[in-house]
Formats: sequence, C-alpha cells, structure tokens
Amino acid sequence: MADAHATGQTHPLKIYFVIWGLLFLLSAFSYATDFLDHGYLRWGLILLFMFLKAGFIVAIFMHMAWERMALIWAILGPPVVLLVLIGLMAVEGDYTELTRLDFFSAPIAPAGHAAEH
Amino acid sequence: MAHSETAAAGSNEPGWQTMVTDWSADKQTFQVPWGKAMMWIFLLSDTFIFTCFLTGYMNVRVSTPVPWPNPSEVFALEVFGVSVPLLLIGIMTFDLITSSGTMALAVNYGYRRDRGRAAALMFITAAIGAIFVGMQAFEWTKLIVEEGIRPWGNPMGASQFGATFFMITGFHGLHVSAGVIYLTVVAMKVLRGDYEKKGYEIVEIVGLYWHFVDLVWVFIFAFFYLW
Repeated sequence: MADAHATGQTHPLKIYFVIWGLLFLLSAFSYATDFLDHGYLRWGLILLFMFLKAGFIVAIFMHMAWERMALIWAILGPPVVLLVLIGLMAVEGDYTELTRLDFFSAPIAPAGHAAEH
Repeated sequence: MAHSETAAAGSNEPGWQTMVTDWSADKQTFQVPWGKAMMWIFLLSDTFIFTCFLTGYMNVRVSTPVPWPNPSEVFALEVFGVSVPLLLIGIMTFDLITSSGTMALAVNYGYRRDRGRAAALMFITAAIGAIFVGMQAFEWTKLIVEEGIRPWGNPMGASQFGATFFMITGFHGLHVSAGVIYLTVVAMKVLRGDYEKKGYEIVEIVGLYWHFVDLVWVFIFAFFYLW
C-alpha cells in the first residue's frame, strides 16, 4: 500500500477551478449580505454562505472528502465539543448583560429594584 | 486472510468498516504520511484557539450594554467621495480566496512532480499572502491613527471592540505572516529538488496550513465584519 501513499491526492484540475469559482461567488454573496438590514435573514445568509465556503475549503481544497473515516472523524469530531463552550458563553453573556443593566445603569433601573434580587 | 483484509482497507473506500479496521488493527491508524497527520492535529488545536477567541468576542459583545460599533461603517472606505462599506475587507477576502486556489493548484502540480510549476504557484501564493498582510497593516494603521481605536476604548461605542478586533485579526495576521515564510522556505526547497526522492507530500502539508488560514478568515469575516 506504500504506492498509494506515494501518489497522494491527485485529482483532475477541473474540480479545483470549479470550487475556486464557487468560493468567489459565495464570497460575493457573503459581501452582499452587508447591504441587508440586521435581522434573521441577514444572519441566516451569513451563516449559510460561511458554512458553504468552509465546507468546500475543507472537503475539496484540504482533500477531506477523499480521506479515510479514521482521519475525518479524528479531526472533525473534536470541534463539536466547542458547541458546548459557545452555548455556555452565549447564556453567560446574556446573564452578564442583564446583571449590568440591573446594577450599573442607575438612571434606568428604578430605585430599590436591585434589592429585590 | 487478515492480511488481505488490511490491504482492501488500504484503498480509498469510505465507510464505517474502514474506520473500524483502521482503529482496531495493530498498525498505524492514519493511512497518510505522518507529517500530514501531524499538520491536521496542529490545525485541530488551532481550531480550538480561534474558536476560543471568537467565543470570547461573542461573550463580550453579548454582555456589553453599550452599543457595538457598526463594522460596516468602521471599515468603510471612501472611493471618489463615495463611502463603500467593508471595501478593504472584501478585497482581502477575495485576495485570500485567490491564494487558496493557487495553493490547491501547487499541491496538484507537486504530486505530478512538476516542481517548477509547483514552486512558482507557491511563490505566487506567498506573494498574495504578503499582499494580505500589507492590506491588514494599512487597515490597522487607519483604525489606530485616523479612527482612534485602541484595545481599551474607541470613539464609536463598546470599548471591547478594539480589544477583540486587535487580538483576533492580529492572531490571524500572524498566521498569514508565518504561512508566507513557511511557503517561501518550502517553495525554495521544492525548486531546488530537495523532495525528488521523498515525494511531494510536503506541498500538500503546507497547503493544509494555508487553506486553514483562509478557513479561519471565512469565520472572522462572517462573525466580526458582517454580523
């Protein structure tokens, strides 16, 4: 099987040009989202184009699509735990903001409001 | 029998069976050159670092009651008297995508043992990367000198803006700079014919690093500049 290693990842050039073009197109779409108002449509499209671009880069340019399962899962599996961190920090950030609004915005919070907590 | 099974697993067939075979057999798990496996592991650790930075950014942005400066306006450039939002950042994005394409081609020519073209494409990739760093230097200078943005505060809004901006883009820029040096060194060795015997996996390994730098920019562009 040493031969298989020696030849490495050889694919027709065409696929790189196609993906290259797609990445340009998706980047243009990404940039275009900046002209949308802030809202779920804008955020959804930002995420959509971001994940598509990331997916094409990893799958084709980094050749993950042609790697074996053992490598794919060893690399793409662990980052899934980061979702826990992101979730926790989002909750924590909300809590911190509410706390700040409660305790550090004297003109907004009514008198005695803080004592209720 | 066991031997023929292992040999069959050596082909590029996807599927769970190959995964079980690779992990359970008393042999090397990853059927790739060790340098490539190690580069992937390094990139995995880098993924954690950048995610921690972006998560930290999300946390301070969510938690501040002060309005966040609008990146669309902060990073706008005046062209012929018209303010174009995120112009430089858009150009930087296309610049990195371009360099990713030339890098992918370099990897391909490396495996075809066309070392002249592989090295030339790597030099082009490094040059485009250097242009990126140059544009970033321009962006930083404009922000610091003209807009008065500092890591501890700025005139537009939440003071955490500067801290997260300089840390995240700075760390990314450091990666690009290191990549330019790495690419140049390996390209010179490729051109000299150092890998004629060993094979050209090294070009793919450098390529993995370079594509990762582009990958990180995709996330920074989405979350920092567009959000």
